[in-house]
Amino acid sequence: MIREFSATEVWFLVQSVRWTVLLALIAFIGGGVVGLIIAVVRVGNAAVPRAVAVAYIKLFQGTPLLMQLYLVYFGSTLLGFATNAWIAAALGLTIYSSAFLAEIWRGCIQAVPRGQWDGARALALSYPAQLRLVIMPQALRIAIPPTVGFLVQILKGTSLASIIGFTELTRAAQMVNNATFRPFIVYALVAALYFSLCWPLSALSRRLERRLDPEQARAVKVTATQ
Amino acid sequence: MHGDGAVTYVFQFSAVWREFDQLLFGAWLTVRLSVSAMVLGLVVGILCAIGKASRSRLLRGVIQGYIEAIRNTPFLVQLLLIYLGLPSIGLRLTPGEAALLAMVINLGAYATEIVRAGIESVPVGQIEAGQALGLKRWHIFRFVILMPALRTVFPALGSQFILIMLASSVVSVISAEELTAVTDTIVARNFRSFEFYVTITLIYLVLSLAFQGTFALIDRALFGRWSERP
Repeated sequence: MIREFSATEVWFLVQSVRWTVLLALIAFIGGGVVGLIIAVVRVGNAAVPRAVAVAYIKLFQGTPLLMQLYLVYFGSTLLGFATNAWIAAALGLTIYSSAFLAEIWRGCIQAVPRGQWDGARALALSYPAQLRLVIMPQALRIAIPPTVGFLVQILKGTSLASIIGFTELTRAAQMVNNATFRPFIVYALVAALYFSLCWPLSALSRRLERRLDPEQARAVKVTATQ
Repeated sequence: MHGDGAVTYVFQFSAVWREFDQLLFGAWLTVRLSVSAMVLGLVVGILCAIGKASRSRLLRGVIQGYIEAIRNTPFLVQLLLIYLGLPSIGLRLTPGEAALLAMVINLGAYATEIVRAGIESVPVGQIEAGQALGLKRWHIFRFVILMPALRTVFPALGSQFILIMLASSVVSVISAEELTAVTDTIVARNFRSFEFYVTITLIYLVLSLAFQGTFALIDRALFGRWSERP
């Protein structure tokens, strides 16, 4: 029997937004932790770890997010875990986010003028202290606009989790569409819901970017397009 | 202690090797689809960037709305809206057509922003110099504004092109013909999902590196080795 597309269906879609948001938050936090480590290794002096960091970024920026999700999903079965869409989606999106955040943050760290490193070294600070006390606070300021901008990419990326069976907004749309056969209105509403999540973040990112001085804003632009 | 099931799995990459020409054919389909989307998407981007410089507030508003709508919604939802939603207003597309249309619309929005940034980076004095030389409007646009603008933003365009190539794997959900869809069909027959998806992940990596190299060559051929970017 075909159901009517009614307030119940709309409410079901609106409620499923929370899984999209939750998944995006997990991916952002996980990706942030891993991405920060990769970024620090990437700007460091140790040649071999740096090469590994470069390869990591190239590998995961150069392959489709959908494939990363498939590999985690099918790979976890082979390792003897029961396939779990939650874990696969969270892990896949974490890997994807970490590669992009690492590259964005690398650009921000390298946008801090050379003289700041020299100054920190002249104060006889250890390398970790140079990073933590001198470089990072300045890089952080530059990093905020592109990081907020990347949150939009993560939110949009969570829609692919629907393909491996994770029930978030896009998967909920498929379920509602299968019951009501009203694809146009269902997907238009879902697009509007994504828009209401993403657009404020995009606008915020742009506003924060304008508040940086021109030299720093250029660094942000360069990293954001990579 | 052994986990149940895990130890019994044996990787069989020979199955991949047997179907490898199928995968290469899939890769060719992905290249064809992506290159079509890149060319058409760039045309959409250039036209919309010109439109954004027009005096008509309505036109500027419509283009801005298009850009914001596309950039703030997932590609998958755009694809499903086009493939499943458009027939209900009387526009029925094949999976291949829907996939290409979705990719062009998506890329067009990003390309517009990139091209516009390039156009804005052209100094006004340069345009005035063109006028002072008595160049025709079309020539000023083509040689003084568009080509230098494209030269400035070519690396950014290249990155965006590669992103749309990678996103093309998503069109497999509507069974449009490309690498991931070809692989889905094979995997449905032999259940060697992990081996096959690892292999095509590497094929995608090779494709993005190849596109990167090709763009560097095009950049050099079109704009010259001497081209300096601000």
